[in-house]
Amino acid sequence: MEQLFSLAQQNLLSPIILFFVLGFSAALAKSDLNFPEAIAKGMSLYLLFAIGFKGGASLSGYGVDLQLILSLLSGIILSALLPFLAFVLLRIMTKMSTIDAAAVAAHYGSISIVTFVAASSILEIQGITYDGYMVAVAATMEAPAIISALWLISGKNKASKGLDSALMREILLNGSIVLLIGSFFIGLVTGKDGFTEISPFISAPFKGVLCLFLLDMGLVAGRGLINAKGAVSGRAVLFGVIMPLAGATIGLIFAITIGLSLGSTVLMMVLSASASYIAVPAAMRVAVPEANPAIYLTLSLGVTFPFNLTVGIPLYVTIATAVIGS
Amino acid sequence: MDMHEAKRVEIIIEKIMVNRLTDLLIQAGVKGFSVLPVSGGSGSSGHWSRAGQISRAQGMSAVVCLINPERLEKTLDSIFPLLDRHIGVVSVTDTKVMRAELF
Repeated sequence: MEQLFSLAQQNLLSPIILFFVLGFSAALAKSDLNFPEAIAKGMSLYLLFAIGFKGGASLSGYGVDLQLILSLLSGIILSALLPFLAFVLLRIMTKMSTIDAAAVAAHYGSISIVTFVAASSILEIQGITYDGYMVAVAATMEAPAIISALWLISGKNKASKGLDSALMREILLNGSIVLLIGSFFIGLVTGKDGFTEISPFISAPFKGVLCLFLLDMGLVAGRGLINAKGAVSGRAVLFGVIMPLAGATIGLIFAITIGLSLGSTVLMMVLSASASYIAVPAAMRVAVPEANPAIYLTLSLGVTFPFNLTVGIPLYVTIATAVIGS
Repeated sequence: MDMHEAKRVEIIIEKIMVNRLTDLLIQAGVKGFSVLPVSGGSGSSGHWSRAGQISRAQGMSAVVCLINPERLEKTLDSIFPLLDRHIGVVSVTDTKVMRAELF
């Protein structure tokens, strides 16, 4: 328990989290602080490029082993199964319609790459190493949840056209995935030499850019909460806190089963606990426009994202350390 | 200078649906259109602003096309199935153009 408080304190007082809190507070106080859309997009591209490249470069020279394959498979299975758990919890805990519940469930099977990036930065601060291929695991967890949710919806919503080829292409080839996986493979191919060449650009400025990006995310999350006032019930908010804990627990079980290291276990827990707010909302707007975006965006971005950043990550590090050992 | 009757069709639609809409316009024989960013607004789905959008799911765009009045019905029929389920507003106004053969 002492370790949890110490870790939580360190986490809460890190610049990354404090900038997020600043943005969130500024939004709630109705400040006019704003990031131009192009700058926010540019920072997001930079972070994806840097995390992908670093992951690939750290893996170069190690080759493909069984644990890498098992980790990728675990990611796919977790992403496909977690929406069913989320859907059942939502139907038990809230009075949400089937369509809204399935749309929310898709978000909780998929992942938040920003939470992943923040968690990996916090692991680095703690001196805990993780496997570079966890970036690839993150990428595999984007899409399966969408397919599961559309399957849940297909029986209830005759108007839903499900997955057409254009939507499938948009999901699998969305810009974030292409950049993340592309950078990962370039890092893998160019290895340590490639990393040394561009290290001044992707290492030193990384945490500063992450701070600014999280400031912006805080603004977005806070404003989303204000605009969604009344869109979600107290029970739905409770779901937004319980579901990441349930997801992290299942992620921990998978990580232990396949024998991941401490750092990778934490990242598997974070991936299972996080909820998408970029790829999945876009897919839901196209495939299931009847689902209310105010509900799924408020829960994933306004509730679960801040919860994971402030409380979740130190909690997952503590639990993983207690279970696996440092 | 000779001016010719035309219809100006303006469609405010979710940004994520723009490519699907413009594909349908092209299939319906529309010879040209413009896509404009919308910086914010308010309607039955609530207030929104372009500032700070991080998801492609959010945000609206305006698609404007000038068409020959004879093409109007076919154009609207072809885009209706798409607009039926999505947030959006379609308006048609009378206008005049200089070079009728372009529309």
